[in-house]
Amino acid sequence: MNRGNQCWLMGAWLLLTSLFSSSAWAETQLNLTKGVTAVSREVYDLHMLVLYICTAIGIVVFGAMFWSMIFHRKSKGAKAADFHESTKVEILWTAIPIVILIAMAVPATSTLISMEDNDNSEVTIQITGSQWKWHYKYFDQDIEYYSVLSTPREQYENQNGSFAGNGAEKSEDYLLEVDRPLVIPANKKVRFLITSDDVIHSWWVPAFAVKQDANPGFINEAWTNVDLPGIYRGQCAELCGKDHGFMPIVVEVKSAADYDTWINEQNALTAQAADAELASLSASMSKDELMQLGESTYMAHCAACHQPTGLGLPPTFPALKGSAVAVQGSVADHISLVLNGKGMMPPFGKQLSLKEIAAVVTYERNAWGNDTGDLVQSSDVKAAGEE
Amino acid sequence: MTTETINESLDDTHNDDHHDHKMTGIKRWLYTTNHKDIGTLYLWFSFIMLLTGGALAMVIRAELFQPGLQIVEPDFFNQLTTVHGLIMVFGAIMPAFTGFANWMIPMMIGAPDMALPRMNNWSFWILPFAFAILLSSFFMESGAPNFGWTFYAPLSTTYSNGSTAFFVFAVHIMGVSSIMGAINIVVTIMNLRAPGMTYMKMPLFVWTFFITAYLLIAVMPVLAGVVTMLLTDTYFGTSFFDAAGGGDPVMFQHIFWFFGHPEVYIMILPAFGIVSTIIPAFARKKLFGYSSMVYATASIALLSFIVWAHHMFTTGMPLFGELFFMYCTMLIAVPTGVKVFNWVATMWRGSMTFEVPMLFSIAFVILFTIGGFSGLMLAMTPVDFQYHDTYFVVAHFHYVLVTGSLFSIYAGAYYWLPKWTGNMFNESLAKWHFWCSLISVNLLFFPMHFLGLAGMPRRIPDYALQFADFNKWVSIGGFAFGLSQLIFLAVVIKCIKGGEKAPAKPWDGAEGLEWTVPSPAPYHTFSTPPKVD
Repeated sequence: MNRGNQCWLMGAWLLLTSLFSSSAWAETQLNLTKGVTAVSREVYDLHMLVLYICTAIGIVVFGAMFWSMIFHRKSKGAKAADFHESTKVEILWTAIPIVILIAMAVPATSTLISMEDNDNSEVTIQITGSQWKWHYKYFDQDIEYYSVLSTPREQYENQNGSFAGNGAEKSEDYLLEVDRPLVIPANKKVRFLITSDDVIHSWWVPAFAVKQDANPGFINEAWTNVDLPGIYRGQCAELCGKDHGFMPIVVEVKSAADYDTWINEQNALTAQAADAELASLSASMSKDELMQLGESTYMAHCAACHQPTGLGLPPTFPALKGSAVAVQGSVADHISLVLNGKGMMPPFGKQLSLKEIAAVVTYERNAWGNDTGDLVQSSDVKAAGEE
Repeated sequence: MTTETINESLDDTHNDDHHDHKMTGIKRWLYTTNHKDIGTLYLWFSFIMLLTGGALAMVIRAELFQPGLQIVEPDFFNQLTTVHGLIMVFGAIMPAFTGFANWMIPMMIGAPDMALPRMNNWSFWILPFAFAILLSSFFMESGAPNFGWTFYAPLSTTYSNGSTAFFVFAVHIMGVSSIMGAINIVVTIMNLRAPGMTYMKMPLFVWTFFITAYLLIAVMPVLAGVVTMLLTDTYFGTSFFDAAGGGDPVMFQHIFWFFGHPEVYIMILPAFGIVSTIIPAFARKKLFGYSSMVYATASIALLSFIVWAHHMFTTGMPLFGELFFMYCTMLIAVPTGVKVFNWVATMWRGSMTFEVPMLFSIAFVILFTIGGFSGLMLAMTPVDFQYHDTYFVVAHFHYVLVTGSLFSIYAGAYYWLPKWTGNMFNESLAKWHFWCSLISVNLLFFPMHFLGLAGMPRRIPDYALQFADFNKWVSIGGFAFGLSQLIFLAVVIKCIKGGEKAPAKPWDGAEGLEWTVPSPAPYHTFSTPPKVD
C-alpha cells in the first residue's frame, strides 16, 4: 500500500472515530436552562409556552400542507378547485393570531416588568468588561479584582491542523473556568452595575437569565436573586474582538453565612496585599525571582495580545521582542506605558501590584533575546507612578 | 388576471432581428444596457459571491468541527464571520433578487426594457469593484474587517484594524448600486406597465419588488450615513459613538438597525413574490387572496420601520422601549401568518405536481415558517435575554435567509431557466440538488437551535465541551450543503449548453406575460406593448 492510500485510510479512520466519540464529551443539553432564580424559571416557562404554541400552529399549518400534497396531487387525478378569495377567511386568520399574540404578550409583559425592577437590592457589585476579562468591585467593601480565563493555553492552542485526539486532554470546564469567580450570596437581591473599559461586552449567566451589555461610558443595571448555592457559568455574549470566545464568567453563589466569611477573608487579604505592597517597596528581588514572577504575570495579562513568544500579532498588537519600548527605550518610559496604557492597550496600574509590574517589565526587557540586563524593582514602579 | 397579446411572438421575432445590435465578446457585457443581459450578469455575480461566502463559511465550520483552535487564529476567525455575512447579504442574496427584477419585471409588465438602462449598466458594474475592495483587505497586513457584519462601534472604530476605510468605501459602493437598482425598479413599474395593467392587476412578484425597492431607497442612505460616521470616528477624530467625546456607542446600533431591520425584509419580500408565482403554477389554481397578499406585503414593509430595537433588548433600554418594540415585533407575525395561510390555501384542493421549482417553494414555505416561529420566540423580550447573541439567533436567521431567501432564488431560477436559456434543465440532476440541499441544510442549521438554547454564544472560534457533539454534525451538514450547490452549477451549465428545447410555456399552470414570448426570450421583448384586460 502506498503512502497516499495510507493517508486516506488514516484520515477516514480518524474521522469515523471522532464522529462517534461523543461519550468523551460532557452531557449534551437540548433545551433552555431552567436556571436557579424566580425570573429564570418564569423565562423558561415563557419559552416553553411559545414553543408549544408554535408547535401547535406548525402541526395545523404543515398538516394542511401535507394533506393537500398527498391527496390533492394531479397524479391522483385531483382536479383544481377554483376558489381564490374569501374575505371571511382572511379576517379569521388575521384575528386568531392576534388573540394568540395577546395571550403571549400578557405573561411576557409581567415577567419583563419584574426583570427590570432593580430597586431594593441588598448587595451591589460593579461589573466592568475589558478586552478580555471581567472586573468585579463590591460596593461598600474594599474588594475588587479581575477574573480571567484559567484554562491553560496549551489546551486550546493546538494549531497543528489535526482533528483527532485532542479532546481528551481538555479540562472538564474547558473555556468556562476562571482564576477568581464572582462570589454572591444566595437568597439576596444582588444588583449589578455593568459597564466597560473599551468595546461593548455582554455579561451573561444563563442560569440567572441575566444578559446585559457592558457599554463603554455608560452603566447598565441588572439584578438576580439566586435560590441555590453553587457554581454557575456563562460567557461574554457580545463580539468584543480577538478573544471574545475566551472571557468566561463564573459565579459562585454562597449561603449567607459562607458569604460573610468570604467577605471577611477578602477584606483581610486586601489589607495584607496593601502591607505586601509597602514591604515590596523596600525589598529588592533577585533577577531569577523577577523573571519567574514576570513570566507568570506576562502569560496571564500580556500574552493574549503580545503572544507568549513576544512576537505580537502585528500590526494590531506590536511585537515586544527587539522592540523600541522594551529594548532601546528607557526603563521609565516602559514602566509608564504599562502603568497608563496607550491607545488599545489598557492601563495596568490598577490591575497589577507594584511587584508584578516591576517583574513583568524586567521580564519583557530580558526575555526572548531582549538581553538588556535591566532589573526593575517595586520602588522604581512607585517612583514612575508618582511622576 | 387574463392576458392577451397582439400577434406577439411572430411580430416580435421579426422586430428583434432589426434591433439586435449586440456587441460581441466582453464588450457585449461591459456596455450592455439590455435588461436581460444585466439580469444575467447580476445572477452570475451573485452565484460567484454565494460560492465565495460559502467557502468562508466552510472554513468557519472546519474550525468549529471540534473544540480547540485547529485551523485559524481567533482574529482571522472574526474576519471570516464578518466577510461571510457581508458577502452573503450584499453580494449573494441582494444582487440575485436584482437579477430577477431585471430579467422578469419588464417581461411581466409588458415593458421593452428597464426605464433607465444606462444607469442599470452602471449599478451592476460598480458591484464587482465593491467586492474586490472588500475581499482585497484579506491580503493586507491588517487583514479584513473583523468586527462582525453588524460592525458595532467602538470595536469598528477605535479598536478596528487598518482596513476599516476599505470596508466603508466598499459598503458605500454597494449602497449606491442598490439605490440605483431600486430607483430603476420603481420608475419602471410606475411608468412602463402595459396598457390595462393597473396596480392591482400586477403579478404579486412585481408588487413585492416594488415595495422592496421603496424599502431600499428609504434605508440604504441610513447605512451610508452610519458607515460615514464610523469613518469619521475612526480617522477624523469625531465622537459620534464615543462616550468620552459626548457620543454614544448604542446610538450606532440604533442607526444601524434602523437600516438593518428593513434590510431583513428587503431580503425576504422578493422571496414571497417568487414563491407566490410558483405555487399557483404547480397547484394549477389561482393564488389565494391576491389583494390580502399585497396588503400583507405592504404592512410588513411598514412595520419593518418600527421594530429595529428588537435587535438591542440587552443594550439597556428603558422598560417602555422594550415593551413597545416587543409588541410591534409580535405584530409582524400577523401579516406574515396571512401570507403562509394564503400559500397553504392556494395548495388546498389544487391539482399539484412536484417539479423542482415547486419542491423548492414548498420547502421554502415550511422552513421559512420554522424561521418565523423562532422569530416569534425571539420577539418575546424576557426570553430574548436568553436567546440573544447565541446560536439560536444564528439558526433563526439562517432559516429565514438560506432556506427562505436562497431557496426561493433556486425555486425562481429553476422556474424561469427554460425561459432564459430556451432549454429544459436536467430534472433528475436538479432533484439531486434539491434533496441534497434539503437534508444537509437542516443538518446544518437545525441543531444550532439546540446549541443556542444550551448556551453557546455566536461568533466564538472555540467552545466548551458540552457543545461538541452538535457542532460536529453542524459542520458535516455545512460541508454537504456547500458541496451540494455545485450540483446547481452543473445543472445550469448543462441547461445553457443544450437539452430538450423548451416551449414558450413549459409549465402548464404558469400564468403571466413572460410565457407569451418564445423560449429563450428574444433579446428584445414587448417592443410593442401587449394589451392586458
